[in-house]
Amino acid sequence: MLSSNRIIVSVLGEDRVGLIASVTGVLAENGVNILDISQTVLQEFLAMIIIADMTGASVDLITLKERLDAKGAELGGVRIGAQHEDAFLYMHRI
Amino acid sequence: MLSVEEILETINMIQEENLDIRTITMGISLRDCNDRDSDELCDRVYRKITGLAGRLVEVGEQLEREFGIPIVNKRIAVTPVALLVDGRSREDCIYLARTLDRAAAEVGVNFIGGYSALVHKGFTSGDRRLIDTIPIVLAETERVCSSVNVATTAAGINMDAVALMGKIIKETALRTADRDAIGCAKLVVFANAPEDNPFMAGAFHGIGEPECVINVGVSGPGVVKNAVAKLPDADLGALAELIKKMSFKITRMGELIGRRAAERLGVPFGIVDLSLAPTPAVGDSVAEIIEAMGIERCGAPGTTAALALLNDAVKKGGAMASSYVGGLSGAFIPVSEDSGMIRAVECGALNLEKLEAMTAVCSVGMDMIVVPGDTSAETLSALIADGIAIGVINRKTTAVRVIPVPGKKVGDYVEFGGLLGRSPVMSISRFSSAEFVRRGGRIPAPIQSLTN
Repeated sequence: MLSSNRIIVSVLGEDRVGLIASVTGVLAENGVNILDISQTVLQEFLAMIIIADMTGASVDLITLKERLDAKGAELGGVRIGAQHEDAFLYMHRI
Repeated sequence: MLSVEEILETINMIQEENLDIRTITMGISLRDCNDRDSDELCDRVYRKITGLAGRLVEVGEQLEREFGIPIVNKRIAVTPVALLVDGRSREDCIYLARTLDRAAAEVGVNFIGGYSALVHKGFTSGDRRLIDTIPIVLAETERVCSSVNVATTAAGINMDAVALMGKIIKETALRTADRDAIGCAKLVVFANAPEDNPFMAGAFHGIGEPECVINVGVSGPGVVKNAVAKLPDADLGALAELIKKMSFKITRMGELIGRRAAERLGVPFGIVDLSLAPTPAVGDSVAEIIEAMGIERCGAPGTTAALALLNDAVKKGGAMASSYVGGLSGAFIPVSEDSGMIRAVECGALNLEKLEAMTAVCSVGMDMIVVPGDTSAETLSALIADGIAIGVINRKTTAVRVIPVPGKKVGDYVEFGGLLGRSPVMSISRFSSAEFVRRGGRIPAPIQSLTN
């Protein structure tokens, strides 16, 4: 399977005004291009999945994760993860 | 495009159900390190291990962060050391073991396997010397793991080796008595030992293996247990189907991480070991899968059938998910490392005899079993012989890891800590097998071995 520069950003937590803006803000600041956003509500919690491309990013995935973690901590009660897309493609696609 | 549900399923498996990569194990051949001079041999061994595995931990940690999946252990397996010590002294063997320990510490791995001998048909002088030093090596080193293959389906059972291992286990227990005989947790007795097993304590880099290789062991009993628990009314065929799907998903993660690790370290990718490996963490238990299938407590009648179903379904799903499967590839049922197994022993549902039966349908049946300190060497040997015979006759790997803790009696507790867990001391038959063990010799290869 080909390895791309795509990542999956997952946001899990209580919904609130400005949540999407905060997360996408971090991505924009670091040159990460958003390809797709979808969201669903699970028992009052928001689950947002962002598929993004790191080709033009100014940082590597590990640094981006640290920045997203920091944003999650700042917002409080929100877990923001970022993983290489292959972690999901390998599991769910042959 | 991936769906939100698929992405959430993966995240849930990792965050809530303890899905992890249990180990990335680098296999390293030491055959080119041999030299007449033992100091030179040890220097070469140290340089080779630290050279090849220098980045193993760093790469493992990188992959953990990028793919968001924990990689619990990074480990090293080397050529069975017995192959390097023919003609050397006891002191040379111990010095070599210390060198392995030092190299493992230098590269930051918690275990290095391969202080091993393959004696299924008989001993060389080096094999004997190495085995004699196992107790002192396991007592005096921190990271070195040892294994001895005493039987194969093709060769039969070397009962002299089985008898010897009973004594070696006793001596190892005595030498580590102050730490609840932890030395025995690092010593495995095998039948049909695989050459590419990534799991400790039995990992070694077999003689058919390349110069250096990356093997991966996956885990994920929690994922399977939760899936099974969601289908309380499904029949067993449907359950097997579900377990296959879960095993496929778990194994794909192992395949991904193994391939990426091999690429980044510049060595070939070997195999994914399709074992369900429990940890003492709640919800990461193989016994709980059996209980979720409808057995009140692991060990009750039906347990062997449930384990057979589980083990087979894991293999079928996993075999589809990986291009190369190897190692032990069967569910592990180590008592002290599985909270459900511990509970089953505590409440009297699970005993040694049932574990022996379960050995017939999984990979390492009698694993991390704590028995009273006054168990005789002959009884330990006879217990090993039983486990080994199941492997030899059924053309499969079996392994015995038994821990006779000095001063402990049935009902006492032993705490090993970390992934090795804790365990109540189990009852073992008080009837003697000494005369049988003392006969020695070799049990001939079974008729099943004549396949040509």
